[in-house]
Parts: sequence; structure tokens; C-alpha cells
Amino acid sequence: MHRVMRLTTCCAVVVGMLGFAAGSWAQEVKSPTIDAIKKRGELICGVDTGIPGFAFQDSAGKWQGLDIAYCRAIATAVLGSVDKVKYIGTTAKVRFSVLQSGEIDVLIRDSTLTLTRNTELGLAHGALNFFTGEAFMVKKSLNVAHATELNGATICVLTGTTLELNIADYGRANNIKINTLLFERPEEAFAAAEAGRCDGYTDDGGSVAAARSSMKNPKDWVILPELISREFLGSYTRQGDERWNILVRWVHYAMLEAEVLGITQANVDEIKKSATNPEVRGFLGLEENFGKKLGVDNDWAYRIVKEVGNYGENYEKYFGPLELPRGWNNLYTKGGLQYPLPWR
Amino acid sequence: MVRRPSRRAYIGQWVLLAGVVAFGWLLADMVAGNYARKNLHFGFGFLGDQARFDIPFHLISWNLFDTYARTLLISFLNTILVAAIAIVLATLLGLFVGIMRLSPNWLARNVALCFIEFVRNTPLLVQIIFWYVGVMQTLPSPRQSIELPGGVLLNIRGLYVPDVVMSADGSTLWWLALGAAAATPLVWVLRVGSERIGWRALLLPVIGLGLFSASIDHIDFPALKGFNLTGGTQVPPELAALSLGLATYASAFIAEIVRGSIEAIPKGQHEAALALGLKGWQRLFLVILPQALRIMVPQMTSQYLNIIKGSSLGAAIAYPELFSIFTGTVLNQTGKEVETIAIVAAVFVTFNLLASMLMNWYNRRVALVER
Repeated sequence: MHRVMRLTTCCAVVVGMLGFAAGSWAQEVKSPTIDAIKKRGELICGVDTGIPGFAFQDSAGKWQGLDIAYCRAIATAVLGSVDKVKYIGTTAKVRFSVLQSGEIDVLIRDSTLTLTRNTELGLAHGALNFFTGEAFMVKKSLNVAHATELNGATICVLTGTTLELNIADYGRANNIKINTLLFERPEEAFAAAEAGRCDGYTDDGGSVAAARSSMKNPKDWVILPELISREFLGSYTRQGDERWNILVRWVHYAMLEAEVLGITQANVDEIKKSATNPEVRGFLGLEENFGKKLGVDNDWAYRIVKEVGNYGENYEKYFGPLELPRGWNNLYTKGGLQYPLPWR
Repeated sequence: MVRRPSRRAYIGQWVLLAGVVAFGWLLADMVAGNYARKNLHFGFGFLGDQARFDIPFHLISWNLFDTYARTLLISFLNTILVAAIAIVLATLLGLFVGIMRLSPNWLARNVALCFIEFVRNTPLLVQIIFWYVGVMQTLPSPRQSIELPGGVLLNIRGLYVPDVVMSADGSTLWWLALGAAAATPLVWVLRVGSERIGWRALLLPVIGLGLFSASIDHIDFPALKGFNLTGGTQVPPELAALSLGLATYASAFIAEIVRGSIEAIPKGQHEAALALGLKGWQRLFLVILPQALRIMVPQMTSQYLNIIKGSSLGAAIAYPELFSIFTGTVLNQTGKEVETIAIVAAVFVTFNLLASMLMNWYNRRVALVER
């Protein structure tokens, strides 16, 4: 009798444990940030205060740009609407504090992914959405063809960035001295470059193209061919919420996957109706459970393509007008560095 | 209950102190908790690390391998420099405008009034950016520098002043020259027998000047080379724009302080000076202003402190002062937010307290001695 009881208890405990494990398995993905966003009904996205290409407000006051497209894509993945986003413009100086303090859910602000920010600042790298390097823009009339000829020149820079160290290192490596002038906001830096206080302006490749487009006469300025550093820009989330970071990363992969599969904003509905390719069907949520695994619904990727578009479309839309070729940001299949991880 | 009022007050003070300490402890605990939660570490060890970035304008030597501690010193010196220039300029301009405000001349009076009202009622940052973008950046390019007498060049990159380069063994002579000049007023009052040396002491600075010119190897004139002018000393336009911006803004407030203080002097003093037969300027500078000074000093202190604090707006126009360098570049490179901001706050508090101590000391000196 005793033994039977003991055996039953034992079995019951094992079954219970299995049941508990299965229960927690079936449970939804746990992420405090996603829960908070759902409860709030709004994604709070930290973006640049205003830079053509990445994040800027159009004449109607509506936010536009590649980084903005990511905010909209995340919002539609989590909340089902691209418009449920609150944008917080952050300067280079305060962007990480704003994220650390929890004022924003995610920082998508053309920020370089670096070691120090990953460790000392306690932040987690999200998606790497823009490959570039630090470039120089100088007045054409100076007849400078290469960055190595900049000895003695004065260059306007934004403070609180990775750029200051790059210039110093580059000067040291090439045995030249490049003087810098450190500005807090791009407006004053552009004005100083325009007036001739400095010989040129330096920033990430994309931002330099943006700076050139905002000069009075963009044709007077030339972007030097050298990229003196790697500036791989992407999004940041706080450490301690791995699932949220994973979602942010896969939203980026969704935009790339759509481009790989040839799905665009224009043809997504048509493809969804007639799709037979299992990869496409999985991506659009007709098969498999990719969305559920990430903690959103299975239509998420469809909505991203439908309402925001794929990566290439957004690049063309925001960097086409700045005449910035895709280069490194092309798909891996076309000689670039952008690739989505496999959807398996 | 405690009956005796003195003991009650005593207990009250201790309770308050305990409350303040508890609050401080709570705050520190909260910061520590947040740090732990974010996997960050608190500490000032980073001050010993190499900075490896360039500071565009520095008064003492700077190279890329100096420490963050030295960036603190350099940016602090830049802050002191701009604050000192602005304080002197603001005082002179404020005094001038304040006196103009009381002028019997209608035009002078109203020009001063317009100036004060306009300057006082626009934001300081707007004025600084105006000086920088609207004034300094209209100067010509280095190739078309304005040539001023004495080999001084002015362009959009700044004011270039020729440098005096000492010969190798010149520094002893230079110190002797300086010593001779410094000793002059002392020698002036010395007596040989019963007679004062007096004007004969002026021989000393003449000798000093001779020594000084003997110690000069050559004069380094600024000249165009490559992108910029080389040689000479450059006064950057950022420094000029920031000190002018701070000075004009504060001068409007100082002018009102000057006016108010002059008007507070009893009418009898004017009449007494008049009765003595003093002329207009003599009445003002010998009788009225010395008395008005006593009323001015405490109010001027707060204007000076405002100038010091306002210098942090230099970040907007690329002037490398404490706030811009330390809470901008250094904060970003090290990621030590709480530490850098605590350091900058501590430096400003110390500097301001020192400045107000100095002003209080001066105030006590000029105050009426009452018995």
C-alpha cells in the first residue's frame, strides 16, 4: 500500500513537472518592454533630431527617413499600426542616457555600434541597418582629392560622437594634423562650414551626403573617396530584455528578407494570394509560426512590407535623393554586406 | 514635550540634519541601485586614461596622449578665460551704458534705454549665435585677411597676432626685465637720505625694455600656408563671439544696477559736490560713484556668477569649454555620465563660490565701517 502511494506521488510529481514545463513552453514570450508597449498602445522611438536620409520632418511635420521606417515597422509588428509611434528627437550627447533611463523603448538614431557602448554603457546592439564609414566633405575650390592631403586643415565635427577619436587616430596614422572644431548641433556646424570657418565637414558617409544636400550650393562641395573608419550604424536596446532585442533585430531581417524574396510594398498582396514558394509562404505567415515565436502575430512581416516596404525600397526613397549609392548596403547577393539570417 | 525653546530648536535642528542625511543616503542608494541594475560601475578611475582626441583651443600644452584629468584642466582654463574676459568687458560696458542712461542728453539717454531693453529681453543663446554666425562669420576667408597694423591679421578663422620668439638663453633676461618692471613702484617710494627716488625709478622699466628687446630672437609673423595661417598666436572667433555675447548680455543688467545705485545716492551729495565747485565728471567719479559702488557690489556678484554659468553655452558655437568638452566628448568616450556631470557641477560650484567669496571680501572692504 505504502509503495503504491509513493509510486503514485512520484508519478504525479513528474507529470506535474512536465505539465508545468509544457505550460511554460506554450506560454507567450516574456518581455517587459513588449508588455509595456502593448499596455501603453504606443512605441516610443528615440531618433535623430533631424538629418536628411535617417530622420527628418517633412514640410507637413511628419517624420521621414530610414530610421523612422524602422520605428514604424516595429510598431506595426507589435501593435498592428505604423502610426502608433511617439518619436523623441535626441542629440548625440543625451541619446544613450535617454535609453538607459527607460524614456524610450528603442534607440534608432544612426548610432555606431561599438564595444564601449556595448559594455560600459550597458546597452545591447539591435539591428545593424547601415554600413558606412567616416567621410570628409570639403569645398571643391580647395582642390583636395584625398583625405591624406588635409594636413593643417580645419574640419567641423559634431561632439559626443565616435568621429573625434577617428580623426585623431587617422592623423596619427598618416602623420598629418587635422584641426577640429567641435559643435553640439549640426545646424551651427553646417553654418560654420558654409561660411568658411572650417575647410570641411566630417561625419558618417550617409550624414555627409545629407550635409552636402543641405548646403546652399551642393555642387560646390566634394566628398573625398576615403572612409577613415568603420561606422556601422544600428539600433540599441537596454540590456536585460533579450526578447525585445531579438524582435528589433528580426524586424530588420524581415525588411531584408522581403527584398531577397522580391516582395515589395506594391506586389505583397498579389504574392500573398498566389504564393506557392514555401519560403514566401513562411515569411508572410501562411505557414509556420515565425511571428508567434518572436512574441507577435504571424501577419507581422506581411504588415511590415505592406505598410513600410522592404529595405531596398526604403533606401531608395531616403538616400536616392541624396545621390548616395548603396555600396556596402546592397544585399549580399549583389556584392553588399546586408543579409537576413535564415528564416528557419 | 520639550518646554524650553532653546532645547526645542536644538532638537529640531538635529532632526532636520538627520532628515537631510537620510535623503542623501537614499539618493546615493538609488543611484547605486540603478548602476547595478544597468551593469555599470561607478568610479573616477577613468580620469587617468588617455583621452586621444584633439582639443581645438588650449592655453597650456596638449597632446593626444594626455589624460582625461588634463582635459578637465584645459577646458576649465578655457572657461575661466572666457568668463574673465566677459566679466571685465561687461563691467566696463555696463558702467558706460548705466551712466548714459542718466545723461541729461535726450539721445544718449534713449539710446542706452533701447540697448538695455533690447539686450535684456532676448535669450542669451540667441545673442551668442548671432555674434558667431551673424558677425564673426561675415569676416573674409584666410586668403583675403584684413591686415591690421603691426602684422596682425583678421579673418574668419580668428585674429592672428605675431608671436615674440625668445632666443635660447633669453629667458633669464626676460625674467630680469619683468623683475625690473615689477620693482619700479617699490623703488619709487624708497628714499635716499631724505629725498625720494621718485621719477628716477622710471630708469628701471627703460632698462627692462632694453633687456627684453635683447632677449628677442625674432618675431614670428602669421602667414598663409596651406589651408590656414601659420605662425603667430590665433585668437579663435569662438572665444570672441562667446565673450562678446556674454558681456553684452550681462552689461544690460549691470547698466540697470549702476543706474539704480547712482539714483540711490541722496540728492544732497550732488548738491554738496556742486557747492564745492566740482565739474560734472568730477562729481560723478569722485563723489557719486565711490558711494554707489557700495550698493552695486552685492548685485554685481550675482551678475558675475551668471556670466560664469552662461559660459557653458559655448558648446553651441564650438568653444571648447568645460561643459562642451567634459560632458560632451569625455562623457561620450567614457560613458561615465554621473561621474562627468558630478565633476562639472562640482567645478562650477567651487569656482562660483570662490568668485562670490572674492566679491564678498571686496564688499566688506568698500562697505561703510559702522561703529
